[in-house]
Amino acid sequence: MAFLQLKSVGQTYFSKQTATTALEDITLSVSEGEFVSFLGPSGCGKSTLLSIISGLIQPTNGSVSLKNQSITKPHPKIGYMLQQDYLFPWKTIKDNILVGLKLQGCLNDERTAYTLSLMSEIGLYDTLDKYPNELSGGMRQRVALVRTLATNPQILLLDEPFSALDYQTKLKLEDLVSNTLREHGKTAILVTHDIGEAIAMSDRIVLFSTKPGRIFRTFPVTSHLRKRLPFEARQHPDYSVMFQQIWEELEQIEQNDTE
Amino acid sequence: MNKTTPSKTHSDYLLSLRRQTIKVRISQLLIFVLFFSLWQYSSDQKWIDPLLFSSPKKIVALLIHKIADGSIFLHIGMTLTETVIGFLLGTLFGTLLAALIWWFPFLSRVLDPYLVILNAMPKVAIGPILIVALGPNLTSIVAMGILISVIITTIVIYTSFRNVEPNYVKVIRSFGGSKYQCFKEVILPACFPAIISALKVNVGLSWVGVIVGEFLVSKQGLGYLIIYGFQVFNFTLVLMSLLIIALLATLMYQLVEALEKKLIKNRTL
Ligand SMILES: Nc1ncnc2c1ncn2[C@@H]1O[C@H](COP(=O)(O)OP(=O)(O)O)[C@@H](O)[C@H]1O
Ligand SMILES: [Mg+2]
Repeated sequence: MAFLQLKSVGQTYFSKQTATTALEDITLSVSEGEFVSFLGPSGCGKSTLLSIISGLIQPTNGSVSLKNQSITKPHPKIGYMLQQDYLFPWKTIKDNILVGLKLQGCLNDERTAYTLSLMSEIGLYDTLDKYPNELSGGMRQRVALVRTLATNPQILLLDEPFSALDYQTKLKLEDLVSNTLREHGKTAILVTHDIGEAIAMSDRIVLFSTKPGRIFRTFPVTSHLRKRLPFEARQHPDYSVMFQQIWEELEQIEQNDTE
Repeated sequence: MNKTTPSKTHSDYLLSLRRQTIKVRISQLLIFVLFFSLWQYSSDQKWIDPLLFSSPKKIVALLIHKIADGSIFLHIGMTLTETVIGFLLGTLFGTLLAALIWWFPFLSRVLDPYLVILNAMPKVAIGPILIVALGPNLTSIVAMGILISVIITTIVIYTSFRNVEPNYVKVIRSFGGSKYQCFKEVILPACFPAIISALKVNVGLSWVGVIVGEFLVSKQGLGYLIIYGFQVFNFTLVLMSLLIIALLATLMYQLVEALEKKLIKNRTL
């Protein structure tokens, strides 16, 4: 059976004047250890879907379950990393990365040691006593990754984690994140509007259409690309072929949109 | 502290910075000296009525006298106690009220117009009622100090609670944090700067409240000295008390500023 299962999930936002259907009939399953990307134009409901999977909002239709357990509120096995790092500027880096454990009431020596070992893994052990404003954008995003991993979630939800970074930093971080998640055997869902990033990082790409957000098509990534780190994958001939293919599909979505 | 800067230009820069500071300080001192000598001189020359405006010399003489017999410390101690209590409680109650309103959004919608009205109302006008209700004593004077600052504190701090970046709260909630944890870990620390600036405003407000309170009831304190001075036509006493208040209020403000530096030194704001 599937690890994560979405059954005809739909979301409608209400305001005084309008009812906006952000998502409609999303059915999808993700297996353990898989890396799935949600790709689509902005406004197609990717962030909404991630918030639903994380249990932060209840879908107006359908259901989400993790290992057959229904998700109705934030779950300790689900880690959510927002688009920007949102490190707390009033806490030191150390207090920032331990905040999840503190909130879940499981801050002990063993978990602290694990979290600190993650910090050395991503090469930021010496920043523990600093404050977030002393770190660069890329460093902060790495710290945010550690903060999410600290509570040892089984599945990570990443909402455009690299979109605010410069290109070079982004490429480096893609490799780092990809490698870290693979080593720790995490399942991941990455939201992005960057075709290249989706191809380079994931095992499977889910393409969304807009208004309302629906699953338009699903692309499995070739095994050549999957076994390579993102940076190498970008050099592989399969990469450009896939890029071209997805590009055309996206064009088609845009055309449907304007019609 | 950039190491790559040639040390000569850097030291030049520091020197010019220091020169600027010295210039500012000298100018400030000059204004101070000029003001008091002009005051003294115009009083001596009878340009201004010495009975009404007194003179710095007379004020200092009176102050020395009052220090010598120790009576001034009683008055200062009294007023300072009332002000500090009023100031701390005003800020504390304001913050608690803001937290309550934040916790129950329904309450915020209900109370909104009342807060606006209460804020616009001249609180000192309630003074006489307070005194009848609480009695002519320290309690009603402190209450005056609290009353004058609590509503504006509530409004300012609640507004800053509302303006906290919602994604910080989202981070806490995504870890399964409770509403109380959201408040403790995010809302409150994010609003420390707002609370400190409320403290700064309240320094001034609580002095006003306490002095007005003392006008109305007290037998002791700097406000009492001012009223007493008016009654016996001793304007030297009035002006001396005013100068002491100005000095104390400034000191209190500096203290809050020092606290601010200590508390939020590590943040960019
Ligand atoms: N809290 C909300 N209230 C009302 N409408 C919302 C809310 N959040 C998102 N939307 C709407 O839902 C749609 C999808 O938004 P979002 O999930 O942020 O898309 P994406 O992340 O793909 O850019 C948009 O049309 C947006 O305006
Ligand atoms: Mg989004």
